[in-house]
Amino acid sequence: MTTTTQSRADAKAAAAHAAYQPVDGRLLDVENLHVHFHTSDGVAKAINGVSFHLDQGESLAILGESGSGKSVTAQAIMGILDVPPAKIPEGHIRYCGQDLLAMPEEQRRKTRGPEISMIFQDALSSLNPVFPVGWQIAEMFREHRGLNKSDALAQAVRLMERVSIPGAKARVKAYPHQFSGGMRQRIMIAMAIALDPAILIADEPTTALDVTVQAQIMSLLQELQQERKMGLILITHDLGVVADVADRIAVMYAGRLIETADVYTGYANPAHPYTKGLLDSLPRLDQKGQTLAAIPGLPPNLLKMPPGCAFHPRCPLARERCREERPELVEVRPGRFAACHYTEEVLHA
Amino acid sequence: MGKYIVRRLLLMIPVVVGATFLIYAMVFAMPGDPLAGRCGERPCNPAFAAKFRADHNLNDPLPIQYAKYLGNLAQGDLGETFQQVKVADELQQRYPITTRLAIIAILFELFIGVLAGVLSGIRRGKFIDNLVLVSTLIVIAIPTFVIGSLAQYAFGLKLGWFPVTVSPQATWFELLLPGMVLGAISLAYVARLTRTNLVENLRADYVRTATAKGLSRARTVGVHTLRNSLIPVVTFVGADFGGLLGGAIITERIFNIRGVGGYIFQSIHSRDGVAVVGAVTVLVIVFLFMNLIVDLLYGVLDPRISHD
Amino acid sequence: MTDKTTSSDLTKAPDLDATPIGITTPAGGEATEARSLASDAWRELRQRPLFWVSLAIIAVFVLMAIFPQLFTRLDPTDADLAKGSDPPSFTWNGAWFGYDLQGYDIYARTIYGARASILVGVFATILTSLLGVLIGTFAAYAGGWVDSLMMRVTDIFFAIPFLLGGILFMTTFANDANTGYFVIVGKVVLVLAILGWPSIARLMRGSVLQVKPNDYVQAARALGASPWRIIRSHILPNAMAPVLIVSMINLGAYISAEASLSFLGIGLTPPAISWGVAISDSLVYIRTAPHMLIFPSIFLSLTVLGFIMLGDVVRDAFDPKTR
Repeated sequence: MTTTTQSRADAKAAAAHAAYQPVDGRLLDVENLHVHFHTSDGVAKAINGVSFHLDQGESLAILGESGSGKSVTAQAIMGILDVPPAKIPEGHIRYCGQDLLAMPEEQRRKTRGPEISMIFQDALSSLNPVFPVGWQIAEMFREHRGLNKSDALAQAVRLMERVSIPGAKARVKAYPHQFSGGMRQRIMIAMAIALDPAILIADEPTTALDVTVQAQIMSLLQELQQERKMGLILITHDLGVVADVADRIAVMYAGRLIETADVYTGYANPAHPYTKGLLDSLPRLDQKGQTLAAIPGLPPNLLKMPPGCAFHPRCPLARERCREERPELVEVRPGRFAACHYTEEVLHA
Repeated sequence: MGKYIVRRLLLMIPVVVGATFLIYAMVFAMPGDPLAGRCGERPCNPAFAAKFRADHNLNDPLPIQYAKYLGNLAQGDLGETFQQVKVADELQQRYPITTRLAIIAILFELFIGVLAGVLSGIRRGKFIDNLVLVSTLIVIAIPTFVIGSLAQYAFGLKLGWFPVTVSPQATWFELLLPGMVLGAISLAYVARLTRTNLVENLRADYVRTATAKGLSRARTVGVHTLRNSLIPVVTFVGADFGGLLGGAIITERIFNIRGVGGYIFQSIHSRDGVAVVGAVTVLVIVFLFMNLIVDLLYGVLDPRISHD
Repeated sequence: MTDKTTSSDLTKAPDLDATPIGITTPAGGEATEARSLASDAWRELRQRPLFWVSLAIIAVFVLMAIFPQLFTRLDPTDADLAKGSDPPSFTWNGAWFGYDLQGYDIYARTIYGARASILVGVFATILTSLLGVLIGTFAAYAGGWVDSLMMRVTDIFFAIPFLLGGILFMTTFANDANTGYFVIVGKVVLVLAILGWPSIARLMRGSVLQVKPNDYVQAARALGASPWRIIRSHILPNAMAPVLIVSMINLGAYISAEASLSFLGIGLTPPAISWGVAISDSLVYIRTAPHMLIFPSIFLSLTVLGFIMLGDVVRDAFDPKTR
């Protein structure tokens, strides 16, 4: 790659990014988001009024069990929900002040990759099996930046080197199935950061990997985020993964946010019984020998949500009020929000 | 890739040997008079009978008979009919016409079939989808010779869009209608197969990735999904090639085309067994090689196969 | 507390994180699952008009094959040369389909032609299914070199295209004027079976291999059940569905193949009345007597359509993925 094509690519990139400038460092504002799935059994309300925000260089972890709506939230922001069956009846997703949901599809499509991008849980199935990995990374440059084949491929090699794939130059023509799980996830990451997006969404990026590889991938993500000042949204059910990387956590249950807090206070002193339950179910060395406290029961059926607080059938603190009245997400301490009638009890436990 | 080719070639050897042996056994080694039905309506004259026995080594033990038969086959000697015409010479003259016919049929089934399949797959459940599903089912149900006869009547005789029969020169234009008839049933299968695979692949994770990469819908479907969906279609076209050759016999009979298929039909009619067996054997071998080519192509299209 | 009711509902909670559409394919195998799959399929089938249409078509043609007299008073072997290739006449007593060249009534010939097609289709299907299921099950159950060997043999048979193999066989064992009706039909059935079993055997083998590792099969084996008993009561009932569906589609394909051979003059031959032969005969007179072509064509296509459509609808009902 010559320096002239490099600078031309940079100029184009700068021009492309100019259309979206964060307002006071605010990248993303999700406001009262609802997502419904229309199935033959009825309407599954996967997300029911979720609001949160993300600032430049910030990393936010969205926590929850499967079915809590965390992945659906990510897909809604990315704009990759299948419509139908999915439908967004209400809400706004503002990126740099512009509502993505109100944008014409063509304009929105052009934000995917250069502005917001995403990596997925299973890199093997998420990469196209019949194209070389280099080709798949280079496609970002060819489609969004109009680079020619060889320049785009040179950029792909550069990115593969950046994510520490050994022998990148030699392996640029290899196919996804020829890489190990960790290497494949690195390729996914290279593809996602190719166009220097402002926001990177990582949907369970390490769930399918070995424990040792998990740590490597997480530190790579953290490194890249700090290097590029990206906003990172980390979707996970694994609290262990979150602690090192996230600045803030947002806990979801049955399609709603039930607690948001900065990571230290959230971990040290949860404000919602569900968060507390999640933390108690983590094995801890200082409590070796004690039985792990699992949360009893299962998340509710989205087609048939219990009245009142969705968590009440599983909640150790549940009382009559919880069955009748749904608690709103309110500020319980400066900068922390929780949706529980008995937050104070949880905080002081 | 090199290893893959070698492995495929090695795997093919027993199949070719087995298939030719099967043909040989069916034709020469079954109980009954091997000369029955080889000389038209009348019994063979003694001179031909003696020559036939000598040519086919019918007085040798079976394994030697078969070995000599394979040897002759390898040298391109397909025997001589009772009218003393070499079958190989006759086929030499006729194969270009049948090749042209097959090319038209395959192009027709691939282009229109894939197009219909894609349209149907991306508009699943809509009108066009149901139209494609129902019409392909009907086409599959109508045997090639019925489609051919009806097409000849409608487009050749009634509407006059195409020549009713094909001249000895068999130009591309004259072969257009017969070629479309020949490819019609396979087209229906190709359309259905493309649709099924497309629908399935559109749900794949890598399609979601392609959307998340900000690719246009056309590129997501046309490049990322279609490439994967066409792999089974290629396999089908290869496996179906045998059916196409059988269909060529029927199509050439209807449109009076002087290709290999027409030759086989004529020979069936004049009860010229040597010619039928020789020509059909060649078609079977062509089919086997076509399958090999498709197998190799499959390795190119799906990198997961060839690199294992 | 409503705990019990909620928790039973909870087990059905759609896992929206995994796949938003949430189609879960049954693991397949367990007897109860198979039964509920079958009853699901039946519920699905009942609502499909195509299912009833194809059943009705098949019923009519089977009836026609067994009792052709119900459909026509005429004898298909009665020829009146004076009426040769007369077009259809739509009078009360007229020949609605017209006459062919020898003055046979085409309507009667067409009605009586159903018998050969249905006979060939049904018997070829029974024979190929028997052979295929037997060989496929045996290969899969035995495993090891027996399996490899049998699959290579299958490959060899598979390598010979249907029509080409049929032509070879029927040329070698040609009919003549003295060959009886059932011998003619029998030969066609035999050649279809010889060439048709490999596809069923492959399918059956795959299906048995899928069922074999299931816990209940392993449990039966551990309890000392004989191989025959394991195959009969555990493997076959759970592995037969794909074969049954494909056999139904094949029945249509065999009828089509028989007609094609007859069309080329080497399948059914007179005295057997066959749609293939009738269509072949009509081609020469296509300019003067197109009605000779149209009617047998429609009957033949409808019969094949009936079986293929039925197989298609049933397959869709059993395999929700294709919808």
